[in-house]
Amino acid sequence: MAKRNPLYDFKWCPGCGDFGVKVALEQALAGRMAEKNQSIENTVVVAGIGCSGNMVHMMEGPQPFGIHGIHGRALPIAYGIKSARPDLNVVVVCGDGDFLSIGNEHIAPQARRNLDITAVIMDNGIYGLTKGQASPTTELNVVTSTTRWGKLEEKMNPFLFYLGAGVPYITSQMSSRVKELAGDIRAAMDYPGFSIVHVQSPCTTYNDTYSLLKGDEKKGIEPLAFPIEDSHDVTDITAAADLVRGRRIPIGLLYKKAGESVPLHQRLAEAKAKGNIEQASVEKLLQSMVIA
Amino acid sequence: MSKNLVVRFAGEGGQGVVGGAELMASAAASGGYHVLTFSTFPSQIKGGPAWGQARISSEPILTPGDYLDVLVAQNQYAYDHNLEDLREGGLVVYNSEEFEVADNARALGIPADRMAREAGNPLASTIILIGAVAKMAGVSIEALEAFITKRWSRGRPGDEAIVEGNINALRMGVEVAEKAGLSLEDLDPAPAHAEPRVLIRGYEAAALGAMAGGVDSFIGYPISPATTMLVYMESNLVGKDKFVGQASSEIEAINALVGTGFAGKKVMTSTAGPGVSLMGEGLGLAWMAEIPLVVVDVQRGGPATGLPTKTEQSDLTMAMNPGHGDMSTPVIACGSTEEAFWGAMHALNWAERYQGPVLFLSEASIAERAQDIPMPDLSQVVDERRVVSKGEQGNRRYAGDGVSPFPVPGGPGAYVANASEHDEQGDTTHLPDIHVTMTERRFKKLELLNDGTYEAENTDADTVVLTWGGSKGSALAAWRELDAEGVKVGWYYTMFLNPLPAKMLEELKGKRILVPELNYMGQFAAYLRSKGLNAEAITQYTGLPFKVADLKAEIKRRVQA
Repeated sequence: MAKRNPLYDFKWCPGCGDFGVKVALEQALAGRMAEKNQSIENTVVVAGIGCSGNMVHMMEGPQPFGIHGIHGRALPIAYGIKSARPDLNVVVVCGDGDFLSIGNEHIAPQARRNLDITAVIMDNGIYGLTKGQASPTTELNVVTSTTRWGKLEEKMNPFLFYLGAGVPYITSQMSSRVKELAGDIRAAMDYPGFSIVHVQSPCTTYNDTYSLLKGDEKKGIEPLAFPIEDSHDVTDITAAADLVRGRRIPIGLLYKKAGESVPLHQRLAEAKAKGNIEQASVEKLLQSMVIA
Repeated sequence: MSKNLVVRFAGEGGQGVVGGAELMASAAASGGYHVLTFSTFPSQIKGGPAWGQARISSEPILTPGDYLDVLVAQNQYAYDHNLEDLREGGLVVYNSEEFEVADNARALGIPADRMAREAGNPLASTIILIGAVAKMAGVSIEALEAFITKRWSRGRPGDEAIVEGNINALRMGVEVAEKAGLSLEDLDPAPAHAEPRVLIRGYEAAALGAMAGGVDSFIGYPISPATTMLVYMESNLVGKDKFVGQASSEIEAINALVGTGFAGKKVMTSTAGPGVSLMGEGLGLAWMAEIPLVVVDVQRGGPATGLPTKTEQSDLTMAMNPGHGDMSTPVIACGSTEEAFWGAMHALNWAERYQGPVLFLSEASIAERAQDIPMPDLSQVVDERRVVSKGEQGNRRYAGDGVSPFPVPGGPGAYVANASEHDEQGDTTHLPDIHVTMTERRFKKLELLNDGTYEAENTDADTVVLTWGGSKGSALAAWRELDAEGVKVGWYYTMFLNPLPAKMLEELKGKRILVPELNYMGQFAAYLRSKGLNAEAITQYTGLPFKVADLKAEIKRRVQA
């Protein structure tokens, strides 16, 4: 809505990775709407707080519904939406601070629930909006405004965390590869369960990792990012863990749980159908308490 | 003859003392009596001091009863710590396998467990005790036998043997009491009832009121004493489009409520004080983004973990201001079982009407009690729904200076529900004039909640009693006794605490208001003073409800001071 709204006063910095994610998300949604013959109003984009959270205001073209909620709670909001309205497409957009620090506690419950929700995580390894504090994915020893002695805490490995938490579908991508990212988001939305698209989305102001991710052959710098080979068995959780164990970041579909994914709302619907349970009226429930 | 019988079963958690009181109450209700139960137990699965109390009366009941007519003590500790609540002339029944009472002529030892075992019906020891109590208090044994027959005739093989065994147990208790020759005044005969009555627990009443009010989703996190409502919903809110979920925390629950309300559904959670503390920021989001939802706070003793299974009314201040910043949550507080039903319905309707969060306050003593009430008149049920946008305002969701049509996902009017200050379409802005406009808009919507009703008696009196929530029963009983004695004092009451009924506020101006409430700070009294009223609190913070006699004496003292 931002383009048409002079009152909206937020801007991403030039070169911010989130621009690429925005375009990819717009393309993914447009593609999915066309394929399903749905209008965009059947989609809700749920954002947390941070630079990335402004995605819901920045998106151009046909507008989905949006929630720009409180810090760290995008997944719980999505849980409410999807449990109430399984007919809606629900996409969560968060940064690493929102999703992995304050919102970390909500990832494992969501993985267990396996509601059909896609989370797009923009990882820039820093708190950008609050001007450069260390995040869970900031590297060890990096000096930031809150790491006077260099970061003393180990860098979190989000992929190992997702795997351990039981997230059934995990993709890794870079914000600069917009076309591929759009396809990844589409594929994740098509997966009938909880999916995470974890995007390296550099912060040009506080943690510019573009060159690290891409490497520089001339200077002999090996790229941090590397493509996942076709031979990788995405259903093999050990193979997936092996790919992400090191410092380098594999790009592509990392993990997809073997077997059929049955989301929570489907399980509930099936249980209700199988149990042949009908909603008793309040009158009937009260009748069962009548004193005889 | 006596109008009342108050029996307390005291012992350890897991010994069935609460079940004993409830069984006694069920039996008496079945015989036509009015009943009300009250219990207190530690926050542990087994063990620890616990008691359940049944008040049985030929008249409608307001409180669990100040003093006991009969104390059933399962062990020495239960005897020692409950004897002070026994009225003069009251009787003790004790478990003589556990301990002996040597110096009390009005105490009867019954080895109920052994007798039950020897009779080949080890589960029936409570029924033996009930038989003894009933005999001593002159409760109709025939009515109890009829109850046992009904209760255990469930159309299963072996029913007959169980019924026979339990009637036999009842008679064993009767016989022991007969031999002992101890008795109280006979209880008045049970009244006749023209209309059907239900025996219902407070949490069931609140849950059914919510269901009557059209609740679609219920998402909660277990916490005493609010878990029972979540469990009831899990069992009973089971229709095709209904959803009941156990969240991983209260933070997750409140934000899931925001998502559910945003998606167009009527949604509720139940929690206790610690949960509301965690929900503060999420409630602020619901206020800011104008999302209807209801939080039921079943109050317990606080702060922090406090007294998880005891009753207290110390969450009122928090309920009205649960989040940071300029917000004022509408609050409804139930003061009786009937109000638990109707209040829950009203809370959901208020949330829909003004499009925002509503706090519904209950408390341990109301949620856990079982009581007979007239069958709620379901023709009075209203299931109010928000006005849904048909796209008339485009994406200007927050246009106008009051409540505006609500765009539901899947329909027209896509916007951003924003926790940050926002313009008409929900986009973030920090412009001062917009913050002014939007803040005023959010508060103005409260004016829609002007349909709160109230009770008023002796309105010409200079001094009035105005209590709230679960202290209603004790305060009303105390006020009635004072009124009967000719003490000039008025009675005001409402369950609509924020906003208060405007007409009631007007009537109270210039009066001296006495406010009985179960907290140290006098939270409701302070709130009334903030409205320009002359209010003073009468406080108690023991984790137990007011005794009528204590409250009566204190009100009288202050009126005459």
